[in-house]
Amino acid sequence: MLQIKPILVALKRHKAGTLLIALQIALTLAIVCNALFIIQQRLDRIARPTGLDETNLLTIQNRWVGVDDEKTGSLVRADVQAIRELPGVEDAISINSYPLRGGGWLTGVRTNPDAKKSETHTTQYFVDDHALATMGVKLVAGRNFRSDEITEIDPKAVVSAPQIIVTKTLADKLFPDGSALGKVVYVDDGTQPSTIIGIVERLGGPWNSTWSDTFLDNAVLEPYQLTGGGTSYMIRSKPGQLAAVTRSVPEALYKLNRMRVIPSERGVRTYDVVRSQAYKSDRGMAILMGVVCLVLLGITAAGIVGLTSFWVGQRRKQIGVRRALGATQRDILSYFLTENLLIGIGGVVVGALLAIGMNLWLVTQFEMARLSLLYVLAGVVALLLLGQGAVLAPAMRASRVPPVEATRSV
Amino acid sequence: MSGMFIHNLQLGIFSLRRNPLLTALMIMSIGFGVAASMVTFAVFRVVSGDPIPQKSSQLFVPQIDNRGPQYNRNGEPPGALNYTDALALMRAHKADRQTLLYPVSMSVMPEEAHRMPFKAAGYATYGDFFTMFDVPFQYGSPWGAAEDASREAVVVISRDLNQKLFAGENSVGRRITLDDRQYRIAGVTDHWDPKPRFYDMFNGRAYAEPAQVYIPFTYAMDQQIETYGNNNCGSGGKRGDDRESWLRGECVWISPWVELDSASKVEAYRQFLNGYAEDQRRAGRFSWAPNNRLRDVHQWLDFQHAVPPESRISLSLSVGFLVICLVNTIGLLLAKFMRRAPEIGVRRALGASRADIYGQFLVEAAMVGVAGGVLGLLLTGLGMLGVGMVFEPQIARLAHLDLSLVALTLLVAIVATVLAAFYPTWRAAQVQPAWQLKSN
Repeated sequence: MLQIKPILVALKRHKAGTLLIALQIALTLAIVCNALFIIQQRLDRIARPTGLDETNLLTIQNRWVGVDDEKTGSLVRADVQAIRELPGVEDAISINSYPLRGGGWLTGVRTNPDAKKSETHTTQYFVDDHALATMGVKLVAGRNFRSDEITEIDPKAVVSAPQIIVTKTLADKLFPDGSALGKVVYVDDGTQPSTIIGIVERLGGPWNSTWSDTFLDNAVLEPYQLTGGGTSYMIRSKPGQLAAVTRSVPEALYKLNRMRVIPSERGVRTYDVVRSQAYKSDRGMAILMGVVCLVLLGITAAGIVGLTSFWVGQRRKQIGVRRALGATQRDILSYFLTENLLIGIGGVVVGALLAIGMNLWLVTQFEMARLSLLYVLAGVVALLLLGQGAVLAPAMRASRVPPVEATRSV
Repeated sequence: MSGMFIHNLQLGIFSLRRNPLLTALMIMSIGFGVAASMVTFAVFRVVSGDPIPQKSSQLFVPQIDNRGPQYNRNGEPPGALNYTDALALMRAHKADRQTLLYPVSMSVMPEEAHRMPFKAAGYATYGDFFTMFDVPFQYGSPWGAAEDASREAVVVISRDLNQKLFAGENSVGRRITLDDRQYRIAGVTDHWDPKPRFYDMFNGRAYAEPAQVYIPFTYAMDQQIETYGNNNCGSGGKRGDDRESWLRGECVWISPWVELDSASKVEAYRQFLNGYAEDQRRAGRFSWAPNNRLRDVHQWLDFQHAVPPESRISLSLSVGFLVICLVNTIGLLLAKFMRRAPEIGVRRALGASRADIYGQFLVEAAMVGVAGGVLGLLLTGLGMLGVGMVFEPQIARLAHLDLSLVALTLLVAIVATVLAAFYPTWRAAQVQPAWQLKSN
């Protein structure tokens, strides 16, 4: 077992360098812990399922130009009909919004019409009887809409539909005992009762920012087709035909009628593109944090190598004396490793406190979650190992200082 | 003096070349630290700027709580007004200037039959809008109060739209068709696109494409032109069954702005808002104490979180990053300078003063700073290409490496390195000539 006391005495003579390395380790630990935590949170968000079968899915934004709002209903019907008949198309719907689109309808739901406040919020999707098949959403209870239940409606006049399909998350929230199917709820803060005729396994909301996290998987499907200035089309292609359909559908739509704008940006997107654009900043943030962590660890390691090399150079004579007095190469090596470990421990203790403090600040500033101590622990281990790794080369060099060095003048 | 400086430069170059590894480590450390800070700062500069510096303390958003404590969010009134309250503020006319606005999206029908119609986004607002927000005009002028009152079909178009439709000629007085209505062109704005778009924060269009058309609010209401933006009915409000009941209801969708150029007027306007809310309570519409806000541009941008959290997190992290790089540089410089203690001892013994030692080592540090700055500049340039990965494309487009940022990068690198060098230099200057000579 090594004597720690002589190391501490020696460190006292190098206060500045010791403090600098410890400080650097502390700051690096604080930033790396929080950065890793942010990365993990962002990756968790990106991995959230939408409930859709996302392969072979295409979305199109359509806005009518110079058409009276009342007349758009028949145009949408004609569009959907034409799309469904195209080769390579499995099914298609017109819908007001879709998961991760970023913009849609949000409303309150309650089980008691006299209750003053809604029990929860939910996304509203207005669809027809082809929606479940097109989106690839799984019905886990009850039934789909029938085609005779679908009605056309002015968006300003939407009242809760007599039959609705809800997601399992919403059903369980409203009826925790699992008895939602067939029950009546009140959507839109209206007094119009809606009966739950079906429950789907999962269907996410159109938003992906943190404010919608509490009602992310709450969704209501209502058998309405909205009239008005614009709509979204969701199209499921036959397997392997997505690329062909992506080209043929806009062409067919323009051929059918030119009184429309399909925006050049975000007008025609496969669902893969929708997903990657929705989570672009989350993914970017994770990459940025990752790069910051790597560079930071590299710089800290370089700093340790630099200062330790300096110390080794400075102490060649002392090392020579110790060697001459019988210290083995191993003794010298472990001297420097232990010295680094002591500095490292000092650094990580301060760093762990800094990491927690920094997280508390981030929590108050950005409504982030609390840092799990596991990250701090992982960071502590990583930095101690990094320190040992960085010090290895200069320490090896020190251990090779020959005893004869003691006889030379400095 | 300059001879000494050049001598120091030569000494510095010699010394830096003697320890290429240590020198390279320092330069990289400074380079990475500065680049990380500069890239994130470039974005932060874009998103946190004052969009209308000359007037940001005279323009205010009145907010009226029409939800009550049971339904409002965190006790704050909603970020827009319903039609009733918006109209009441305009009628009261208690500010020097006032306007309402909501976004519209209209189809422009070019006169030539072969050209395709296209969409143009803009705002329905009052004539005061242009004066309040200092909108520059290329041709013509805003419409006046008379056009507001008579609900006339006039339009102000953007320079871009004018270019597209009339090849940039003076089009004042000509007519254009938007949707199925004809408008007389009153004016053409010059380039004007404040970022963030403070006046339309309610609709999340802080970094949207520039507006192309502006039409009178009164005419738009007459023609029942729908809002292209948010319509927030809250969890207690009724959406209404038709347009009439929606208008009379409590859904908020109109952004109001008032101009007040003195503290006393601001106070008077607050009084007026409270009086109005009190009246509504007496009339039975509100059942709660007045809960209003009157925020100026800065407070409004803060309230609406104009600066995306990504930007603030990454800026804070990269400042921390720069600090670590500097701590690292202090350590490396210390090692580098102290390794030369014998040389310093000799120089001191030969008559060099402490000031000479300071000069020599600070110049050496400044050279590391310059090299770090140049590396930092390259890395910043690279980093700017990656900005689009983290931030919205609208924001990424605005962040760029301009001359002021280049200067700032170099300045930060040099100043930071010289600051970092003070402690190691001080230590170097403490080296005693006699002691060093003796042990040598």
